[in-house]
This record gives sequence, C-alpha cells and structure tokens, in this order.
Amino acid sequence: MFRKFRSLLAGFFAMLFATAAIADGGGLLNVSYDVARDFYKDYNPLFLKHWKAVAGETVEVRQSHAGSSKQVRAVADGLEADVVTMNQASDVDFLVDKGLVAKDYARKFPNNASPYTSTMIFIVRKGNPKAIRDWGDVVKPGVQVILPHPKNTGNGRYSYLAAWGFALRQAGGNERTAQDFVGRLLKNAPLFAAGGRDATTTFMQRRIGDVLISFESEAELIAREFGKGEFEIVYPSLSVLTEFPVAIVERVVDKRGTRKLAQAYLDYLWSAVGQENAAQNYLRPRDPALLKKYAAQFPPIKTFTVDEMFGGWSKAFPTHFKDGGTFDQIYQQK
Amino acid sequence: MFVTAAYRRQVLPGFGLSLGCTLVYLSLLILLPLSGLAFKASNLTLGEFWAIASGERAMASYRVTFGASVLAATINAVFGLIVAWVLVRYSFPGKRAIDALVDLPFALPTAVAGITLATLYAGNGWIGKHLEPWGIKVAFTPVGIVVALTFIGLPFVVRTLQPVIEDIEPEVEEAAASLGASRLQTFTRVLLPGIFPALLTGFTLAFSRSIGEYGSVIFIAGNMPLISEITPLLIISKLEQYDVIGATALAVVMLLISFVLLLSVNALQWWAANRHSGHGGRGAGRGA
Repeated sequence: MFRKFRSLLAGFFAMLFATAAIADGGGLLNVSYDVARDFYKDYNPLFLKHWKAVAGETVEVRQSHAGSSKQVRAVADGLEADVVTMNQASDVDFLVDKGLVAKDYARKFPNNASPYTSTMIFIVRKGNPKAIRDWGDVVKPGVQVILPHPKNTGNGRYSYLAAWGFALRQAGGNERTAQDFVGRLLKNAPLFAAGGRDATTTFMQRRIGDVLISFESEAELIAREFGKGEFEIVYPSLSVLTEFPVAIVERVVDKRGTRKLAQAYLDYLWSAVGQENAAQNYLRPRDPALLKKYAAQFPPIKTFTVDEMFGGWSKAFPTHFKDGGTFDQIYQQK
Repeated sequence: MFVTAAYRRQVLPGFGLSLGCTLVYLSLLILLPLSGLAFKASNLTLGEFWAIASGERAMASYRVTFGASVLAATINAVFGLIVAWVLVRYSFPGKRAIDALVDLPFALPTAVAGITLATLYAGNGWIGKHLEPWGIKVAFTPVGIVVALTFIGLPFVVRTLQPVIEDIEPEVEEAAASLGASRLQTFTRVLLPGIFPALLTGFTLAFSRSIGEYGSVIFIAGNMPLISEITPLLIISKLEQYDVIGATALAVVMLLISFVLLLSVNALQWWAANRHSGHGGRGAGRGA
C-alpha cells in the first residue's frame, strides 16, 4: 500500500510542476503596466516588421499587462521579462534594488529612458458649470473632485504630486502650504477610485463629481467611449510631466541570450515609426517635429518632472506615499 | 494496533492512503502558505508588529471589515433561510431558474459584481436614485460595503440550508400542530433547532468569505481612510509600497481574528448540535 501511495504522490508532484512550468517560446516578453495594452498592441507588429527587414528574423513578442507594482513584483519573483515598460520610475527602481536592472538604466536610453510622456489634466462637465480653470478652482469648497487612490495607484500619485508641485510654485509656496493645498484637494474628494478606469466610470457614467483628474492620454479614450460633447478638457497652468521608463532586465537577457533583440525593441520606440505610434495613441512623442505635427492634439502646457520638483521618485515616494508620509499625515490631522 | 482496528471497521479500504493524501493536500494548499506568512512576519520584532497592527488606520479598517462582514452574514442568515425554505418547500413556475440564480455570486468575477453594484447604487443609478431623496447613500459609503458582502455571501447560506430543510419531513410540522403548537412555536421549538447548526455553518462560511473579499468591495467602498477602508485594501497599499513584511503583519492579524471567531462559532455549533442531538447534529451541520 505504501508503494501505491508513493507513486500517487509522485504523480501529484509531476502534475504540479507541469502546471507551473511555462513553455519558453523564444522571442521577447515585455512586462508592462495596465493601460499600455493599446500602445504595445500597435507597436509590436511595427517592430516585428522592422526586425524582419534588418535582421531577417521572425520573432515573437509576448505582452503581459497588469497594475505596474504587481508586474515588477512578479518580475522580481522570477517572471522572465526581457524588458519592462512601466509608468513610474519607482517601479523600475524596485528592480534595480533587486539587482535585475542596471542602476543607470535611465541613461541607457535617451530622454530619461522614457520614449513618450503625458501629463495630468482636468476633465469637467460640458459647459464647465463650476468654472474650473486651474488647480486653485479644484480646491474651492463645494467642488467635488474624482481621482484614483493617491497612495495605491500610479495615476493617483501623479495627480497628488501635480497639485503639490503647483502649490510649491505659487508665491510664498513651501512644503507646509503645499500640504495644506493638497489637504483641501483631498477634502473635496467624495471617494478614492480603485484605479484610473474606475475613476473615469465614476465621473462619466455615475455622474459623480465636478472634475476628474486624469492622464491627457485617457481623455481621448473617454471621448471615444462617451462622446466628445459630453465633457471638456481643461489644461491647468502647471502640471506634472509623467514619464514612462523602459528598461532591459539584465539578468534575464543574459540568461536567455536576448540582449540584442531587447535593445533593438526598446531603441525602436525612439524611431520615427515608434514616435508616431505614441502620438497616435495620444501619448506625447519626444520628437519635437512630431509634437508640432500633432499640435492640435497636444496643446502646449507648462510642466515639471518629478526629478526637478521632488528630486526623483526615490525621494518623492517615501516622503509622500509611504506609511506616515504626507498623505497619511493629512488624514491624521483631522 | 489501534490503526488496524479502526481500519478494519471501515466498509471501504484505504484509510492510510486517504489520510496520507489528506495530509499532503492540506499541507501543500493551506499549511505551507500559512507557515510562509508566519515566517515572513517573524522578521518583525513584537514592538514593530504591534505598531503596524494597532495603527489608527489599521484599527479603523478592522472595524469596517469585521463589522460589515458580521452585518452582511446576519442579513444573509435571515433572508437566506427564507430563500432556502421557499426553494425546498414550495413549487412554482421558474423555481429551477431561481435556484440556479442563487449560485451566480459564486461564479461572477467579484470585480464585475462590485462595478455593477456601484453603478446601481450610485446617486444616479437605478436603485440609488430612489434612495438619494431619502438621504440614504449606499455606494461609496460603508453601507455599500455591506451590500457587496451580502451579495457575495448569499449562496453560502442557501446552499448549506437546502439539504437540511429537505431532510425535515413535513409530517413533523403536522405533528407539532396536532399537539397544539402555535405556528411560532412550531418554527422556534420544532424546526429551528434542527436547522440551527446548518444556519450557523452558512453564517460562518458567508462571514469568512466576506472578511477576505477585496475585488467587489474596492469598487463600491469609496476607500476613504478611516471611514471606508477595508483591511485587504491596506494590505494592498503596503504591497504598493513594496512593504511585504508590513502587509504580512496585517494579514497575520486578520488570520488570528478570523481564526478566533471561527473557532468560537464552531464551539457554538458543537454546543447547539449536542443540545439537539436528536436533530441531525454534526452530519446535518456539515460538522466543524
């Protein structure tokens, strides 16, 4: 009987490992954040065509999309991503800490390794009934603002930092006035949405709130989904430039021998074709000529980067979003 | 030789094999992850652990999570009993469809449930717009959390009660009536004692399911610190900061509270089953 039991056990384990093993189909695995799905769905065929022309190889690029911090945790835990394409430097920094990505990844590609950018803007109801023109109007009493959770989501954090940076740049602005300003902003939030898309649904479909803080790139999706006449876009006088860093996962490309392919894949994001694809997905291209070509889509706006205003994500994150940071302080004052 | 004696009394052979299987299976699926959790949490000193576990927002989140779970499970115990009773005792057109409907919360992805409920109960939703004039706000308040958890928990109560109610012969009610019991007496003195252990099991299952629920709740809760934050959200928040150990500490607290609560419900069940051992007892209540 014992022998029977042992063979059963062996069978059980074999089954377990078979399920766990993921077939390695060659090519690249790009692990990315949630809303980049559309961008890379368009980009991958363009790159594959290019690669076939220059290297004569037919390869496959597999995509994985989910919340960005979940994604990098998966990579740190062993998901074999050749490249990561993220929406916040703090996520790539985590992989640097784990020794998977080079410390100087931001200098391995142009523009801080961010092939395109976006910014945080306001979406208001048709006719702008609450006359919202700038951040100062959003914090006024009686205005309801919708944004994703500032502590738990990437776009929530960008919204928070955009308001903070705006307040710092005002006459007499300092850390204390900025915290007070952001506190008033958060007081105007009736809820914190679970994520960017949930915030959009709450504002557009459930008709809650007077103003939605969102990525510029999301506004076009909202127009497609709900119709252009339903809302207006308001550009504040100052906002945050959101960067989307890309990086090669050194340990994986060395192991799988995919360094050349991974490098080419990310390089091509800065090519004319790659940049045009960004513009077509409503992400601001780095190429100034293209930015001019799509000027109607991307009105000029004054922005600051997280590096300029906060000394980088590695400083901004612990100061504002870790437990005990300014976000928590605002709620503990009450 | 005790094992052989026990083994010989069984009709089906294979006690050793099945026990071995049980132990391996439970170890792999439950004990291994849980001991990993405890191991991770042991990186903290007792003081650090206590500081995380007893923070202001953590305490508020336990109140929200466990309070809403108890409320939702209680609502389900009452209405689930009615649903189960109707489905077993009466026959009416569309009964099969309604019976199938009960399982829907099992199958539906919880995020879908959360988004749908939030849309229905928002100020301009089909249900919300009738509640708003009365000053009742459901979506994006703690009430919304109770609504989501009630939805999630319903099948647990109904499916636990159905077989037990089926086992009660209608003659029992007739006998009670013929012996002069009023309707209320028939229910409380004759039927309820038989159903109670199963009802408690259903309550416990719905309650435990609710404590861990994340997907549906975050879409309807509003997630305001100190007001409508559930503990699983705080755990996610820690993970977003790559603070795995802090997340583990909160998870361990939830686990401990849940374990103590489940243990006391099981003790209550055991007591109830023994008191009315004539009415099914452990078998009917699916045991401990």
